[in-house]
Amino acid sequence: MRRSATAYWIGFSIILALLIVAPLVLPEFWRRFVTEILIWGLLAMSSDILIGYTGMISFGHSVFFGLGMYCAAAALLSVKPPNLWIALLYGLAGAAAVATFVAFFATRLREIYFSITTLVFSQIFYVIIFTWTEVTGGENGLAFSQPPLSILGIWSFRFTPVTLHWFVLAVVTISFLVLRRVTQSPFGMVLQAIRENEPRARAIGYSVERYKIVAVMLSGLFAGLAGVLYAIQNKFAAPDFVFFLVSGEVVIFNVMGGVGTLVGPVAGAAFFLLLREGFSRYFTEYYLIPVGIIFTAMVIFMPQGLLGFAKRRLNQ
Amino acid sequence: MLTLDGVHTYYGKSHILHGVSIEVKPGEVVGLLGRNGVGKSTTLKTVMGLIRPSQGTVTFEGRSIGGMAPHHLAHLGIAWVPEERRIFRLLTVMENLRTGLDRAGVTEAKRKTMLDKIYASFPVLAERQNQAGGTLSGGEQQMLAIARAMMLEPKIILLDEPTEGLMPRMVGQISEIIRVLHREGVAILLVEQNVPLTLEASSRVYIMEKGVVRHHAPATDLRANHAVIHQYLGI
Amino acid sequence: MAIPLEQILIQTINGIVNGMILALVASGLTLIFGIMDVVNFAHGDLVMLGGFVGATTIATTGNFWLALLVAAVVIAVFGAVLQATTLRPLIGRDPLTTILATFGISLVLQKYAIWQWGPSARRIQEPITGNFNLFYLQYPWYRLLTAVLAAAIIGALYLFLRYGKYGIWIRATTQDRVMAQAMGIPAPLVHTAVFAIGAGMAAASGVLFGPLGGVTQNIGLDFTLRAFIVVVVGGMGNLGGSILASMFISLLEAYAALIVSPAQAVIVSFIALILTLLFRPTGLFVPTPK
Repeated sequence: MRRSATAYWIGFSIILALLIVAPLVLPEFWRRFVTEILIWGLLAMSSDILIGYTGMISFGHSVFFGLGMYCAAAALLSVKPPNLWIALLYGLAGAAAVATFVAFFATRLREIYFSITTLVFSQIFYVIIFTWTEVTGGENGLAFSQPPLSILGIWSFRFTPVTLHWFVLAVVTISFLVLRRVTQSPFGMVLQAIRENEPRARAIGYSVERYKIVAVMLSGLFAGLAGVLYAIQNKFAAPDFVFFLVSGEVVIFNVMGGVGTLVGPVAGAAFFLLLREGFSRYFTEYYLIPVGIIFTAMVIFMPQGLLGFAKRRLNQ
Repeated sequence: MLTLDGVHTYYGKSHILHGVSIEVKPGEVVGLLGRNGVGKSTTLKTVMGLIRPSQGTVTFEGRSIGGMAPHHLAHLGIAWVPEERRIFRLLTVMENLRTGLDRAGVTEAKRKTMLDKIYASFPVLAERQNQAGGTLSGGEQQMLAIARAMMLEPKIILLDEPTEGLMPRMVGQISEIIRVLHREGVAILLVEQNVPLTLEASSRVYIMEKGVVRHHAPATDLRANHAVIHQYLGI
Repeated sequence: MAIPLEQILIQTINGIVNGMILALVASGLTLIFGIMDVVNFAHGDLVMLGGFVGATTIATTGNFWLALLVAAVVIAVFGAVLQATTLRPLIGRDPLTTILATFGISLVLQKYAIWQWGPSARRIQEPITGNFNLFYLQYPWYRLLTAVLAAAIIGALYLFLRYGKYGIWIRATTQDRVMAQAMGIPAPLVHTAVFAIGAGMAAASGVLFGPLGGVTQNIGLDFTLRAFIVVVVGGMGNLGGSILASMFISLLEAYAALIVSPAQAVIVSFIALILTLLFRPTGLFVPTPK
């Protein structure tokens, strides 16, 4: 047990080191690519809290992501001078608000109904964003400038692509460590118990509702955080990112990478984005056909995902 | 005709049947007694293909049927009357019976003949033929379950606790039905808690305990020797 | 702001027409759920594919009725193959796995449709043109025909289930799959057949809807979402309930469209779903469970 723990951290450190060095050696396109993987990875991790640990499949993460993005946009457009931390605050607040709303439903609805409802939310939100043009810019979205990184209001410097990458990396790494801590804690164990057998968890005496609420809040917050990061990186917010497909892709990352592992979904995001990159060259916009087939095949034959599969192999 | 040989089954990690061996010859009525939870129902379910044996063989008329799908077994001539009866509650009595008649080789005329015959034997069912199965009383549902199994024209019927929860008068009727079936040459593997009924109806009896067959004797012996019954069933 | 009575009446009829099409889609979905516990995420995409196949058939033969038949049959067969290959291995697994699997299939189908038929909408020419006088307004005959056809198909389904040997098989398998098998009914085949029927009905809706809204790959998600809402509001697995719920939801949307834009009218059905889930989760049109 201890051996695998050290191995884990060694592996973690190696990957972290690679990610730190990456922007210095990669061409611009790939640099952005890696940064994007990190952001989507964060989103996938947040979703894993619900799917992998609590057993609730959410098709609505695009809502948290989108709210984080749009609220950050709002902050960057309305507060002058544009302030990174305020943007973060707005984004997280927005995500938290919606998370509370969703959490309410999470406690009342069973699996399938919960999933369908999150899907419906996702679409309601999309319709609102798309049609409320005065506030959200409708189809065209909102464009804004990137805020500088200011520390304690004293130093302030603009991001370069490289430093932005490091900032994102830092945020994602810290989030990962926090989430990891949470999932390994007694709280995380209870979540897994709920996933395995909810009636039994209830019978043992856990207040399942409370745990679910916290899980949803946690999940929503980190998803919102991902949205804020995305807004900062790309300097615009658009309804496309709130469309149901984004939620769907997040679920794909989770399943492909391996639910319930936290690292898995990040790997899944990387895998999916790489597949998309690769297939786009040959299939142009139809890349989703082979990727979709691969996904479906994985659901059927490799439900434990890439990581679960690798874990099995390594254990043999 | 039906043989279980050294059958082991599991439910998840629980080892339920530990090497069960039972035989039923054509036309025989064989009893299977034992306390609750010893694996009697599991034995029947294994024969019916609902549980796959992890070890051992189940043979019917010379062919190995272990793990075969239940609908094939029904066509081979094995009928199952489960413990909970499992009437199709939303289907009418007539439709329930028809589920056993809609198979290859049954013409419209034959269907009518069989239905008429069964209604003659079970007038209560005739009366209620257009009522939903779920509205019947416990005893009527049991009759329907058995009648339904008979529609398959089976060579053997797996009867799981047919008298459970029935009034004494109905128990007598079930006894009579078993007698009639025996006369028609249908073999029966009878799982029961009602010892006197089982001893009276069967020619041979197996007694199970904790997933194993502990005792096997002709019914006549057991009728005379109550000590064995006391030992395994505590009555 | 008073809304003229004629407009309300027109919207009522529109609501009923749309409701019948939706009912056709939703009954397939609820049938499939009732018998094999599968929430078919790709159901709306079967509607879409049906529409495209229909459009292609009309383009080559010019015959609407043939298109309807061909689409239904082709997609039914496709549905059977799909179920047998991808969904059968999932029997007995966690129900959320089937959502994921059908979601994956949905993606593939949508993109395949673009690939095969291109991104622009296909039009299907209605078989009967012309309007009739409704009060002093003109109302297209075709819309009425759509409602009648959809009702006819649903009626045929009902009769098929109620009488007839295979109807009994389907109902028995839905109620108790294990016991049905013990009675000699080949449950796996019945599952495939029901999926095929559901797919065929969905395809027919796609063709019927064609002249009303055009066929694009977006209608897939739209129909799936609406069908889900209807099935939940009507009671999952409840055929009669989903038909009533379809009418209910469509009428709500039709009336809402008088006040807000059609794109926003959709929100009304979402609200109906949420209210149902909160207060009557077994379904609005289901008798209160005792």
